[in-house]
Amino acid sequence: MITPGPPPEAERLPQRQVALIDLLDRLLTGGVVLTGDVVLSIADIDLVRVSLRALIVSISEQNPSPWTSTSPLRGDHDS
Amino acid sequence: MSDLLTYAYAVVRAAGGLQEAAAPLRGVADAPVGLVTDTGVVQLGLVVSHVPAQDFREDALKRHLEDLEWLEAVARAHHGVIEALAERTTVLPLRLATVYLDDQRAREVLSAGRTVFAERLARLSEHVEWGVKIYVEPSEVPAAPAVPAADLTPGRAYLRNRRQQQSVRDTVYQAAQKAAERVETAGRKHAADRVRHRVQQGFLAEAAGSAAGENVVNDAYLVPLNRCDDFLADVTRAADGLDGVRVEATGPWAPYSFAMPPGESGGTAEGAPP
Repeated sequence: MITPGPPPEAERLPQRQVALIDLLDRLLTGGVVLTGDVVLSIADIDLVRVSLRALIVSISEQNPSPWTSTSPLRGDHDS
Repeated sequence: MSDLLTYAYAVVRAAGGLQEAAAPLRGVADAPVGLVTDTGVVQLGLVVSHVPAQDFREDALKRHLEDLEWLEAVARAHHGVIEALAERTTVLPLRLATVYLDDQRAREVLSAGRTVFAERLARLSEHVEWGVKIYVEPSEVPAAPAVPAADLTPGRAYLRNRRQQQSVRDTVYQAAQKAAERVETAGRKHAADRVRHRVQQGFLAEAAGSAAGENVVNDAYLVPLNRCDDFLADVTRAADGLDGVRVEATGPWAPYSFAMPPGESGGTAEGAPP
């Protein structure tokens, strides 16, 4: 059984409603990671329970790059 | 300190007419979208808008991210801007909520990463991302005709039913495996790259509506524009003849999942440590 997934070109409206979960798959794990002045560092996104384990890290001398360090929220496995 | 911060959506090649294309767009917090450009040989632009500092400072962001409605609004606004621009030029999407103190800081970051961005944009040019998900629906497989259980003791009847259910499940998962192989073959044939996302489960997956069944594969493929039709044709045929398996393609997406080479994106689903 097949779902006709992609709509034909003509139906590609800019505002077509995409499923939030597909969007979050991409926006939270994809994309270029640049060190912003305010950085959203997603340590462990748990889309399973929609509890977003999110951590915001500011760039400073003490904390130059959140991307190379291991996630401080690892081990947060309460369920 | 200013009460506005600069929210960045994507890096783009600063093609002619882009400024005009960006001007009518509305981004996060319904703010007008603009272009911050650098002055290098390869002229690049950072697509930005301004967001209220009180909502996007660290403590506020952290709080907001627990709020699904807020997150959805930002995600859709972010996506809306990227999607609109992707129709005109190659975009390099940034991860959600990349925020700078002001445009000048954004320009500095753009200049610092110029080489990498130009390289990456060249690679993504004329490519789009397609999502391919495979679902299994064991319940949709017609069960074996029920044999009258009269000649069996209740215990035996129960065991036989269980065995039947189990075998239906096994069959369906094998079918899903087969569909996955067909999708992979299509990918190897037509796509430039693939990324695995974690399978979709839970509340949001259910909220997606049509997505009944269990998601067993959630991949993204980077496909050259001129191969999209062939890729989709092959992918949508992947479940042919396989009962209880459903293949769903989403897209075309801006190349979110391929914005950075594997290993540099800071935690794609595949590269994440256990």
